[in-house]
Amino acid sequence: MQVAVCAQEGSPDAAVDPRFGRCQCLVLVNRENNYWESIANPGINSSGGAGIQTAQTLVDRRVEAVLVGRIGPKAMAVFQRAGIKVFGGITGTVRESIDLYHRGKLPLLDGANSIAHAGMGGGFKKA
Amino acid sequence: MIVAVASGKGGTGKTTVAASLALVAAEKGPVQYLDCDVEEPNGHLLLHPAWEHRRAVTVPVPVIDRDKCNFCGRCAQICAFHALAVLPDEVLVFPELCHGCGGCQYFCPMKAITENKREIGCVETGQSGAIQFVHGCLQVGEAICTPLIGAVKEQAAPGTLTILDAPPGTSCPVIKTVTNAGFCILVTEPTPFGLHDLRLAVKMVKKLGIPCGIIINRSDGQDQLIVEFSRDMHIPVLFRLPEDRMVAEGYAGGMPAVTVRPAWKPLFQNLLDGLEAGKQCVS
Ligand code: SF4
Ligand code: SF4
Repeated sequence: MQVAVCAQEGSPDAAVDPRFGRCQCLVLVNRENNYWESIANPGINSSGGAGIQTAQTLVDRRVEAVLVGRIGPKAMAVFQRAGIKVFGGITGTVRESIDLYHRGKLPLLDGANSIAHAGMGGGFKKA
Repeated sequence: MIVAVASGKGGTGKTTVAASLALVAAEKGPVQYLDCDVEEPNGHLLLHPAWEHRRAVTVPVPVIDRDKCNFCGRCAQICAFHALAVLPDEVLVFPELCHGCGGCQYFCPMKAITENKREIGCVETGQSGAIQFVHGCLQVGEAICTPLIGAVKEQAAPGTLTILDAPPGTSCPVIKTVTNAGFCILVTEPTPFGLHDLRLAVKMVKKLGIPCGIIINRSDGQDQLIVEFSRDMHIPVLFRLPEDRMVAEGYAGGMPAVTVRPAWKPLFQNLLDGLEAGKQCVS
């Protein structure tokens, strides 16, 4: 089964990216057959709902777990309803985070740990 | 005629100018004041209307029929606002992101999507002397305001002078407000910051093809920055209002500029006469 990690580049040795909806890359790793693959994050340039778009991609890929730094409430809701487990506290590289996950060292998140975003830009506000 | 009063940023005195214009116009005949700053409406604090009507404004939001849906994912793919997520046996709708465009309904191959209504705010109307007053109030936490601005603008009565108080800035809500106006008044301050925001506002208004003019507010007599810019852009400076502590205090106490300084009324009257004669309409 595949595990997805938010990363700054598309490789198992890349540094993790603490952002979810705006992470550069998603690295999918399958330890059972030593297979990995990277996909660009489709949400990175979206003007709003980035986390939902990123979550949709991972739901479509049928991942079993997602390893993140921060994640907002909407993306979290998608994973919870899809029955995909989300773990926080990624650190170092993708490989290191996967290792921590398999050793049961990453905390299982039961809710968002980051507030909702209004998207990019969003216009001016009164002073 | 529809006249929009806008400014590149908040706090330039846009509302006190719009309210003053309405008050001066009301001395001659009926006029409408439409406060389109639905996120923070404040025109009523200066014009004190007696409220007469309140109407809820709703936007369509999709409802998915689980029995018809085959979870193909098409709706989530086409939604530009990522308001939908399709799971293996469920479709999640995030109403606060939905713009009610109807796209998902149109493209759903199973005809599984119908429309429901979601309230985003209300339009209130009232009367303040000869001024018919309308404003929109967006619900707290609501992100989508352009349909509400549209509902406020629907109240514009053809054949009457309609003054639109636009939201600050140059983003979608302002564009929604200013579009279709016959003239746009840009209120600015004679500072580098004021000029920066004015530049953006002028760019927007020119792109929309709406003739505009500038009112320099809180002028200390050092207006070269704005004057040079207006000359370069071929936009008239309509008039200046001096920096005035009494006016600022009046604003805080709910009084528009011309109520505090009746001597300023002719400036507004001249502007109205010019607009009526089409003289200010440089394109
Ligand atoms: S497009 Fe229609 S059938 Fe396909 S997932 Fe969406 S609601 Fe279901
Ligand atoms: S109506 Fe438009 S914005 Fe709303 S969910 Fe459907 S496609 Fe997205």
